[in-house]
Formats: sequence, structure tokens, C-alpha cells
Amino acid sequence: MKRQLPFLLVFIFGAFMTIQYYIPHESSEFVYTFLLDWTMIIGIFALALGIWSLYQVSVEKIKHKKENWVYSYVTLFGLFIMVVLGFTFKVGDSWGLYSVFVIALMAFLYCLINASIAKSKGLWFGLSGVALVVLLGIAYFDDSWGVAFMTSEGLRNTMFTNFADFVMTPILATMFALLAFFIASAAYRAFRARNVLASLLLVSAIIVMLRFNPYMPFGLPELIAELSNWLMNVPNLAAQRAIVIGIGLGIVATSLKVILGIERGYMGKG
Amino acid sequence: MKKTSMVVFATIASLFLLSWIVKGMFSEGSSPYLDGFLVTLAAFLTLAIMSFLYKDNPYYKFAEHLFVGVSAAYAMCLGFWSTIVGNLIPRLSSTVSDFFQVNYIEGDYNIFFVIPIIFGILLLMRLSPKAGWLSRWPLAFIVGTTAGLNFVRYLRSDFINQINSTIIPLLIDWNGFGDFFSNMNFSATGQLVMMFSNLVIFVGVVCGIIYFYFSKEHTGWFGRASKVGIWILMITFGASFGYTVMGRISLLVGRITFLFKDWLEIIS
Repeated sequence: MKRQLPFLLVFIFGAFMTIQYYIPHESSEFVYTFLLDWTMIIGIFALALGIWSLYQVSVEKIKHKKENWVYSYVTLFGLFIMVVLGFTFKVGDSWGLYSVFVIALMAFLYCLINASIAKSKGLWFGLSGVALVVLLGIAYFDDSWGVAFMTSEGLRNTMFTNFADFVMTPILATMFALLAFFIASAAYRAFRARNVLASLLLVSAIIVMLRFNPYMPFGLPELIAELSNWLMNVPNLAAQRAIVIGIGLGIVATSLKVILGIERGYMGKG
Repeated sequence: MKKTSMVVFATIASLFLLSWIVKGMFSEGSSPYLDGFLVTLAAFLTLAIMSFLYKDNPYYKFAEHLFVGVSAAYAMCLGFWSTIVGNLIPRLSSTVSDFFQVNYIEGDYNIFFVIPIIFGILLLMRLSPKAGWLSRWPLAFIVGTTAGLNFVRYLRSDFINQINSTIIPLLIDWNGFGDFFSNMNFSATGQLVMMFSNLVIFVGVVCGIIYFYFSKEHTGWFGRASKVGIWILMITFGASFGYTVMGRISLLVGRITFLFKDWLEIIS
């Protein structure tokens, strides 16, 4: 029962999703979109599970004072501030006591984490109770902001979009930009024209890089551009296609193994 | 904390505080100090990540951990807004829809939307050591539907369509040998280049696949075809490398432009 029913479910839904493609009927397509909606909804629950995991891992790290445990507070504060910003929006002209509400929430979270790990639990629980009273009081009496449930309302909270634009985007873009240095350093060691294969790699990389170089000598850019475009559109396309065909066959084979119950690793042990 | 680290921290904090005040004083707009704070924060985070080039340090770790928390919450909020409130709530009942202030969508089969909620709750059972096995049911549903979907999708897009696109004419607008040699055109869109390109694509795909076929020893004509496959792959890896490097450089240019233009306002 514990293991057989899941395999049966995998077979039924997997077989249906495969067969429905060959039945271009209204009802088949209806069930297909229905199941896709179900998958997305369950996916959100999985996301919630992931966030709970992140919370637990961070608290455990703080509790046992593992390496870099202090930064777990940063993760938790970032997580909860963003959640609060995502589910609230400004109703009136000003934010009222909203900033106090956010600070009280952080204090509540800090006290609660410490209550679960400290020896003097009473003190921390008391402090978290005070923070909770402040929180609830502000939420009840302050009419300048409300709770957001929809994309349109959520995006009205400018601080939510600001956090995305001024915290997430700079970090993400800089992390990817840093790869330029690491790739260049790796290339310095790897790009030596020792044989034909290494030379092919070197020459095609140089041509493509020169294509995007704005300081090309006069006359060369057009030739380099054409050569680079040809490299990207012809040999690159051919090899990418060979790789894609291989990957496609691999995915098809794995899917079939999963549907037929040959591949069972996803179910875990027990 | 060491004395040197304290001094570095104090210096960095003072500099960014000064930056915030100065930017707030000279910024235009309805909330200059908030704008100043956000630009300063973005600059600090950019430099904190860049500091990893020197070595792993507390500022980098701070930015890294902040990113983890903020991005998880961001995905959670967007998912909740669009999927739960946008797709599930309007189909549950008019009362629940009214509470969430969304329009109720009437339908004969709306009752079936209770099933993903049950599956979702079962998925959360993973947190319980005793009832954890129940989380396999929703997992089985997701794995089954995804496997069925991928089976057809990838068979069509990554296999049949790719082979279909590779079976292309090797002779383009062919009017005979005489015409071909008398009207020879070396431009990128010319007949000669097009024919050569099609030939390279066909041979490249076949030889590339042969290189990845390990069930037969790479000797004889098979080995030679495999060698051509490696050449094509090497050209591709080189081109992809060059393309990636330039993409990353353009991102770096973007970050440096932000620092010098938006934050320091040195360049216009």
C-alpha cells in the first residue's frame, strides 16, 4: 500500500498524459489542462515546504552555532521581511505605523528563535509576547495599509518591487558578472593551442568574442560578424542539435522507465 | 571580532551611511532619502559580491544569505498570488472568492479543485515522521504527469523535429553545373555558402551523434566520423564559450555602469 499505490498513480497519470496527446478531443484537452492546473497548485505547496525547510535549517544552524550561523539570521530576516512586504500594501497616502510593524515582526521572530534555543526560555517568550501584542495592535488599529492577496495589490507595495530591483537584481547580476573573471582565468589555463582540437576551440572562441568587441579595427568587423554568425548558425547548430537529440532520447527513455515503474529512485527509501 | 575587522567594518559602514545621506540630500523625487537608501544598498550589495574576487569574506556571505531569503520569499509571494489566488481560490466557492476579493469562476467541475488541496496537504505530511509516507501520493501524481508530458513533448521537439530540421536539401536552387560555376557567389547568403552550410549541418549532426554513441568501438569509418564529430563539438564549445564570456562581460559592464552612473554619478 505504502509503495504500490504511488507506483499505480504514476502509471495512471503518466499513461494518461501520454495518450491524451493522440486524442485531440475537447474532453481530453479539458482534463489535460485540469491536471496541469493541479500540478501547479501542488507545486506551490511544495514551495511552502521548501521555505519551511529553509527556516528549519537556519534555526538549527543558529541553535547548534554551526559555522557561519550568524548569517542565518540574515536569511531569516530577508525571508520574513519579503513575505510581509509581499502580503501588505498601502491603502492611504502614507504608510502610517508600517515601519514599526515590520520592526516589531523582526523582533518577534528574533525572540521566538531565541526562545527555542536559549536556556532562559521564559524571558524570550515574554519578549516575543510583547512584540506580538505590538504587532497585532498595529495590524488592528492602523488603517493606512492592508493585506494583499493578488498580484495587482502585491505589486502596489513599492517596497516589495524595490527589494526585488535593489536587492535581488544587483546580487544576481553581479554573481553572474563575476563568472567573467573566473571563466577568463580558466581560459588562460585551458586555451593553449596544443593540438588541432584545442586550436579549433581557441579560434572559434576568439572569433565569437571579437564579434562583440566594439574596438575592432576598421574593415574587419563585417567579416568577423559574418564568420561569427556562420559559426553560431551552422557548426554550433549542428553540434547543439546532436546534443539535443541525445538529451531528448535520454528524457524519453527516463520518462518511459518512470511510467512503467522501472525507475523508482524518486520514491526514496522506506 | 578582530580589531582590524572592526575598523574595516566601521569604515565601510560610515562610508555607506555618508553615501546614503549625500544621495538623500541631492536626490530629486517624492522620497529622496528612500531612493538614496535603495541605491546605496544596491551599491553595497554589488561591491559585497565583487569582494569575493579577493577572497571569501563576511560582506560576501551577508549578501549571499540575504539573497537566499529574499528570493525564496519572492518566489513564494508570486506563486501564491498567481496560482493560489489567481487559479485556485476563484474556483473553490463564492464565499472564499469574496474573502480574497477575486471574481468567482463558475464551472461544473470546480469540485475537483479540492483534490490538489488534499494532495498539497498530503505533501506537507513529509514533515511528520509517522505520516511522511503519505507525501508519496502527491509526489507520484507530479512525477507521473510530468513524465507523461515529457515523454511526448521531448519525443516531438527534441527528437522528431530536430531530425526533421536536419533532413534538408544539400543542393539549393540547383540549375546544373554550368550555371553553378558561372554564377558562383561567396556571400554569406549566396548559393555556395548555403549549400556548404547545409552540408556541414547534416554531416555535423550525424557525426556528433556518432561521437556520443558508445555501444560500438570508435574504429574504422565509424572512428573517422566520430573524429569529425569531435571537431564540430570543439568548434561549438569554443563558440559557446566566447558567447558566454561576452554575455558575462556585458553584465559586468552593466554593474560597473550602475556603480559609476547611478551611485557615484561620475559618468553621465
